[in-house]
Amino acid sequence: MPLGRWFEDAASVAGAPRVCGRQVTPAQWREAAQALAANGGRLLSLWAQGAIGAEQTMVAAMIADPGVLLMELPIASRAGGAAAPAGEADYPGLQDLFAVAGRLQRAVADLSGLRSSDRDTRPWLQHGAWPAGFRPLRDLALPNAAPSAVDYEFVRVDGEGVHEIAVGPVHAGIIEPGHFRFSVVGEKVLRLEQRLGYVHKGIERRFTQLPLSQAHRLAARICGDSAVAYSWAYCQAAEGLAGIDVPARAHWLRALALELERLANHLGDLGALGNDAGFAFALAQFSRLKEHLLRATEQALGQRYLLDFIQPGGTRADLGGEASAALGRCIALLAAEAQRLREIFDEHSGLRDRLVGAGVVTSALARRLGLTGLAGRASGQAHDLRCNLPCAPYDQLTLRMCLREEGDVAARVALRFDELFESCRLVGEILLRAPHGPHATAWVDPAGGAFGLGLIEAWRGPVLIALESGSGGRICRCHAHDSSWQNWPLLEHAIIGNIVPDFPLINKSFNLAYSGHDM
Amino acid sequence: MKAIEWFTQVLEVLAALAAAPLFLAWVNQCRAWLSNRSAPSLLQPYRGIRKLFYKDAVLATNASALFRIAPYIVFGTMVLAAAVIPSMGTRLPFTSAADAIALVGLLATARVFLSLAAMDVGTAFGTLGARREMMVGFLAEPALLMVIFVASLICSTTALPAITEHLATESLALYPSLAFTAVAFTMVLLAENARIPVDNPATHLELTMIHEAMLLEYSARHLALMEWAAALKLFNYACIGFALFLPWGVSVGQGPLALIASVPILALKLALAGGGLALIETLSAKLRVFRAPEFLATAFLFAVLGLLVHLLLRA
Repeated sequence: MPLGRWFEDAASVAGAPRVCGRQVTPAQWREAAQALAANGGRLLSLWAQGAIGAEQTMVAAMIADPGVLLMELPIASRAGGAAAPAGEADYPGLQDLFAVAGRLQRAVADLSGLRSSDRDTRPWLQHGAWPAGFRPLRDLALPNAAPSAVDYEFVRVDGEGVHEIAVGPVHAGIIEPGHFRFSVVGEKVLRLEQRLGYVHKGIERRFTQLPLSQAHRLAARICGDSAVAYSWAYCQAAEGLAGIDVPARAHWLRALALELERLANHLGDLGALGNDAGFAFALAQFSRLKEHLLRATEQALGQRYLLDFIQPGGTRADLGGEASAALGRCIALLAAEAQRLREIFDEHSGLRDRLVGAGVVTSALARRLGLTGLAGRASGQAHDLRCNLPCAPYDQLTLRMCLREEGDVAARVALRFDELFESCRLVGEILLRAPHGPHATAWVDPAGGAFGLGLIEAWRGPVLIALESGSGGRICRCHAHDSSWQNWPLLEHAIIGNIVPDFPLINKSFNLAYSGHDM
Repeated sequence: MKAIEWFTQVLEVLAALAAAPLFLAWVNQCRAWLSNRSAPSLLQPYRGIRKLFYKDAVLATNASALFRIAPYIVFGTMVLAAAVIPSMGTRLPFTSAADAIALVGLLATARVFLSLAAMDVGTAFGTLGARREMMVGFLAEPALLMVIFVASLICSTTALPAITEHLATESLALYPSLAFTAVAFTMVLLAENARIPVDNPATHLELTMIHEAMLLEYSARHLALMEWAAALKLFNYACIGFALFLPWGVSVGQGPLALIASVPILALKLALAGGGLALIETLSAKLRVFRAPEFLATAFLFAVLGLLVHLLLRA
């Protein structure tokens, strides 16, 4: 089945560039997914669209060479809004085509009550925080019944000398909660199974109670380390569906913020990676550089972490000429210092021994299971929305996509360095070329029922926001998706055959989100 | 002279108890300076221990008596070890009770109890840590014994004070064999005291821990004793190193003045050793766990080289 057919008669969708959507039948749902999977397409996200308490549509966002395709599969409502009888599926599953679909479908079943035809029907985000029959994104009325405990069965590995190590969700350090079940022989890991969802906060339901013009603040707080990416993706979707033209300068300032966020995260990660390999010197140095950057960011844009910088219609603040020069100086200094630290990283034999060959994800495996974002680029997956689907101002910037083939921890470290220097260069270019003019325009509430999609490359990978307006300038439904969904399952593969004490280092080299995933 | 010998004995044990946390704090301070961080106070380990003694102990429901008495045994063996190591004077009443080989056995006893206690509660981490500790231990002990054999052969005795006295009082002679064994001993010290590159005492990553993983279930006074014992162990190892390789300045029965003079000399040695330890730790990354055997095999090899140098060259 040719790929083009599915894009040709699809309607254009507001927001991110080259996004189109079309309704499909259950048969076409599988057919289109197969066509995209066969042609190198990837699943971006999968969710149930529709107001809480109203009819629902399954939506799958897929990306391929022509752009992004939204498949919309209306689900016929049953009498009394009851769920399908036990054992009967609401829509065909896609797990065999896209590995990420498995967990997404389980999350849809937990939140919206729509079940796929795939075999794994264990809960994913439902940890017994609400009663068994309640579905937060389907049922308007809050339940009276007490929450019920959920049984969760891990896959068991049998054999001579195999035993399990259960780690988390409470850890020895102060980190986010996730449960990791290792099946090991001695120190060697045979299998890792993750369980996530401990920080599910009900953000998608909370969105429906907020006005469109305010919810960018909630979007920025979905995942703190990608605040700029989320708020930009939200604003892209919101401005798209409201038909607001953002001034050119705002685009450039947003890109500046996004690159500063990328820099801060890469600096923090490089230090933490060194520290996890017992090289505390790296942590001290990179923490210092990160602090310099955060202070410069605060001086220039008003916040250390840019949680509220991007808002519908533009940006909250403008960048003055003097602040711009100071920021440029800070970035130049930072790049020079990072270069010296890179030499230490490259030449330290003990550190190299820890990093090289640990947690390998081959490019074949990465392609098959859809590894994306930074970790994907370290395994030879040339996907970067800033290059593949550039929105303004990336379409006017010359961006070199950083790529590595080895797929081990060393590659992910090297890629962070590469991107660090590339982002430093980009910041310089933005500061030099950013057009003058207003940095924001007025927000006008759109009519209800409009739909927009935001798609931004965060430091970790693509962030997606699907937004539907309700009446009176409110939100009808807002779905957010983090690339961690795609990459968490790959971590289970990366650890196979490695030894238990290398897991923290491998895990850190991915540095995936808990909050952004659990929502 | 009996009185001064007893006085030296008591002084050494008390000094070890009091100064061990300080030595640890000094190492931490040097490490902080070397990576451009501001350092924690030298009193920090004391504050930690004091805080822990004030807390109520929490025990796992299935913890046996072994789990509860292990901290006292581990701490006790470390105090006993401190008593037989000639850190200030060599004329010690206790040393006839234990020679250098018995000292290695004493340290091994502490390890066995620590590991058994770690496995007692049955958590994955305790077992993990105990397994790794035993792996490090069974490789480190032969290397340590080999180090002691070289010194014993030179001095024709296995009694640590006699070795120190012999090396400190004879006319200055360079022993290439002791140079090799000093390298071996330093490597054993790093491994046995859970220092980088074998273990990371500052880590919060439970899956990578060795020593810390065994203490995860301990709290309050038990944890305080365990941490104090760990500081004592490091102090003891440093003093064993001084006894073998830097024996000068200890009192060899010359009377009170020499004993008084030995105190600042010991402090100076500790300060230098702590700085050196911090330097090694700052420059190294942590080894993969399965590189630890290679590391300790190298230590053993160095000790054997020392032995060969001694036997073949009589040096």
